[in-house]
Amino acid sequence: MKSVVVLLPGLNRDRDMIAALTKIGGRPPATAWQTDTEIPDADLIVIPGGFSFGDYLRCGAIAARMPVMRAVAKKAEKGVKVIGVCNGFQILLEAGLLPGALMRNASLRFVCREVKLEVANADTAFTRSYAKGQIIRCPVAHHDGNYFADEETLARIEGEGQVVFRYAEGTNPNGSINDIAGIVNARGNVLGLMPHPENLIEAAHGGTDGRPLFESVLGAAA
Amino acid sequence: MTIRNDIPITEDLIAAHGLKPDEYQRILDLIGREPSFTELGIFSAMWNEHCSYKSSKKWLRTLPTEGPRVIQGPGENAGVVDIGDGQAVVFKMESHNHPSYIEPYQGAATGVGGILRDVFTMGARPIAAMNALRFGEPDHPKTRHLVSGVVSGVGGYGNSFGVPTVGGEVQFDARYNGNILVNAFAAGLADANAIFYSRAEGVGLPVVYLGAKTGRDGVGGATMASAEFDDSIDEKRPTVQVGDPFTEKCLLEACLELMASGAVIAIQDMGAAGLTCSAVEMGAKGDLGIRLDLDKVPVREERMSAYEMMLSESQERMLMVLRPEKEEEAKGIFRKWGLDFAVVGETTDDLRFRVFHQGEEVADLPIKKLGDEAPEYDRPWTEPEAPAPLADVPAMDVADALPKLVGSPNLSSRRWVWEQYDTLIQGNSLQIPGGDAGVVRVEDHATKALAFSSDVNPRYCEADPYQGGKQAVAECWRNLTATGALPLAATDNLNFGNPERPQIMGQFVRAVQGIGEACRALDFPIVSGNVSLYNETNGQGILPTPTIAGVGLIDDWARMARIGFAAEGEAIVLVGAPARWGTHLGQSAYMRELFGRNDGPPPPVDLAHERKAGDFVRALIRDGLATACHDLSDGGLAVALAEMAMAAGIGATVNRPDGADPAATFFGEDQGRYLVTLSRADVERFLEEIAPGSGVSAVWIGTTGGPSLKLGEARAISVAELKAAHEGWFAGFMGN
Repeated sequence: MKSVVVLLPGLNRDRDMIAALTKIGGRPPATAWQTDTEIPDADLIVIPGGFSFGDYLRCGAIAARMPVMRAVAKKAEKGVKVIGVCNGFQILLEAGLLPGALMRNASLRFVCREVKLEVANADTAFTRSYAKGQIIRCPVAHHDGNYFADEETLARIEGEGQVVFRYAEGTNPNGSINDIAGIVNARGNVLGLMPHPENLIEAAHGGTDGRPLFESVLGAAA
Repeated sequence: MTIRNDIPITEDLIAAHGLKPDEYQRILDLIGREPSFTELGIFSAMWNEHCSYKSSKKWLRTLPTEGPRVIQGPGENAGVVDIGDGQAVVFKMESHNHPSYIEPYQGAATGVGGILRDVFTMGARPIAAMNALRFGEPDHPKTRHLVSGVVSGVGGYGNSFGVPTVGGEVQFDARYNGNILVNAFAAGLADANAIFYSRAEGVGLPVVYLGAKTGRDGVGGATMASAEFDDSIDEKRPTVQVGDPFTEKCLLEACLELMASGAVIAIQDMGAAGLTCSAVEMGAKGDLGIRLDLDKVPVREERMSAYEMMLSESQERMLMVLRPEKEEEAKGIFRKWGLDFAVVGETTDDLRFRVFHQGEEVADLPIKKLGDEAPEYDRPWTEPEAPAPLADVPAMDVADALPKLVGSPNLSSRRWVWEQYDTLIQGNSLQIPGGDAGVVRVEDHATKALAFSSDVNPRYCEADPYQGGKQAVAECWRNLTATGALPLAATDNLNFGNPERPQIMGQFVRAVQGIGEACRALDFPIVSGNVSLYNETNGQGILPTPTIAGVGLIDDWARMARIGFAAEGEAIVLVGAPARWGTHLGQSAYMRELFGRNDGPPPPVDLAHERKAGDFVRALIRDGLATACHDLSDGGLAVALAEMAMAAGIGATVNRPDGADPAATFFGEDQGRYLVTLSRADVERFLEEIAPGSGVSAVWIGTTGGPSLKLGEARAISVAELKAAHEGWFAGFMGN
């Protein structure tokens, strides 16, 4: 099982993600730099969180236009699994690999806290180690996580089971429409989510609810 | 507009540079001629209070700065302390008070940026940050705006850079109405044998400029920070720098990569007084001259004068001396991260600081004397007046008082603030704000962790600077201890008013003496720090605020303590308290928050007792006996119990000593006290066998359990009610 972590200047949860993939997958992932036009062969590509290029333009907009993202799109087209967390989710949206947009939090403030997530679809490569309807703990840390899609898109992704995680029990931290926290593409091989499962995978984190996500995808590809 | 370098140096110009007539005379004596305009700027940058510590140096020398674990004390970018296994923690706290009042978002943001740079300049990757913030009274028309701007500025920089903010302080007091305090702390982790210093070595080596381009922002910032405010303050906005955390994050990665390559001989970040301070420091420390060619400095604005380039405080810049054979490799690393890299000068053997611009020599100064010959003052000071004894103590029902206290501006939850900070990034945060100290595990080590706390009670310091100084150190030491950490060392951020006023200087002197005494008694050396004076507006000084930020080491985080009650039915033991548990109400939160009174002396600090009680409690935690622990501070026993209950959602029933005054018992702020909980199975053995030989009092005062907190005869207060009051104030105040 091989994984690759995409590195762009300004990302800052890359080390967290590499640690999680190493601890759960048993070996460190390869990395791909922003200017790389080819991505090493792998079963999973992860775009971690942070503030790529400072997020001085629309979050993820510059990163989505870097050469490495064209390579990611090519791999996704071939069916390689891709996860984008937080800024990684924003980048996937800006790159057109997922539908919708992430706006500024409704509070207009950065928010870092633990929320509850409902696993809305356990029948994906990323969630098969959870049960449908299961409520898990997970931290969020973002300024622009307010998911939005137009009515038609929303009806489609809801209808097709593309909404994978929802903020549960009144813990929506950002005003996301339909409490959406994470979605997959129509084909089911690209996942984007705002929460940080990589920060809840071991005893030191105070819980391991993020672990099954990585176990699902790493195990599935093994 | 460009001012020529050869304009006449008038009295007005000298005064505008913050230089006194006798200081100017000192310059004339030193160089034997009139300085050029650029040279005048360089002297003003080097000799202002902020950079030269001219009023404080005499007293700072009295602080203990050494210890068996200290690798580097004050004088470098940050202090360095050995944590074993070949690793070191690198840390410092620094103020950004004046800029944050003028422009709260950028002032606070660049404060965070500056302190992070101090840490990674030494080769350490930042792993934790804290911020001690002090604002005016909540009702003051500017306070909300300042809170909102400062908090988002701190978050905006730290979150983007990627360091967890694990602790800090937020306080309100009318005495900060015109002069808020923003004290930023950062700590990093480095290999003990790979610390980088600012001392240049070798003649004829390239001096390299790295990072962001130089602009006109912050020209004269350090001089501004060394003056009092008046009503024209808004005109000073252009002296505040603008932060770019993205560039700083790239600079961090590039610097660490460059350091690992073996190319770096010396490195100094460009902070206050930018290029001037950093170049002079590198040369002077290495007994070398420096020659700078300003035409090579990367600039982002046109027609910048030499004066502006030398005094610019543009952020995210570094100066290095590199091994010439590694220059190409170094250039490659910086190009990869999209940063500027320019050879702007060289080291020389003439001990001169020579600056060239467009073919002209704009400065030629003796480099050592620029720093060494800075004026130093033994400012007159007066002994602070002894506080009058506390008069009558008004009574209030304990169950009425407690919700009011935990919901008061100064004791309520700071969640509204710290949820805007990324507390979890890097995946090592073991305790986030809300407890006694922030705790971060040492990455790649199975059991080790570091604890961080920042403390001072400015009202104590105002009433008695000496006791207040001692107390700030003791409380910081106690907060670290309450997690089970062994306090290693501290950094001090000394915020005071105008030192030219003898009573302010008296506050400073006595506070430093108190800090020194406490640090010696607790083996808690000061390894770095910063002094911020002239915190006055229209002649009104701030409360004396010597912030102490400390670092402690936890050997095994599986056995660290947290403040929340661990379970129902556990014994609550009060450690280190006098017979009546609490006695001292002078300067207490009870008097201040409930009755608006700031009278009486602050609680005295018995350092021998402090040490004994702390060592005893730490051993209890490390032996796995204590299931939870919390130190007693503002608001005394009742507030500490409430905080333990609220953190766990578990109540408690607590007795009261016979005949004792309930206010003093539950709200007294006697020092050197802790609450620990023990499982019922351990408590008899503890009280009969362990506590008696310790020389520290330990009293079983109650039991955890139930949904409410019952204190003595007072009616039970539900934990939910306490929590609503505690959590509600800040968000309500900010309007959301």
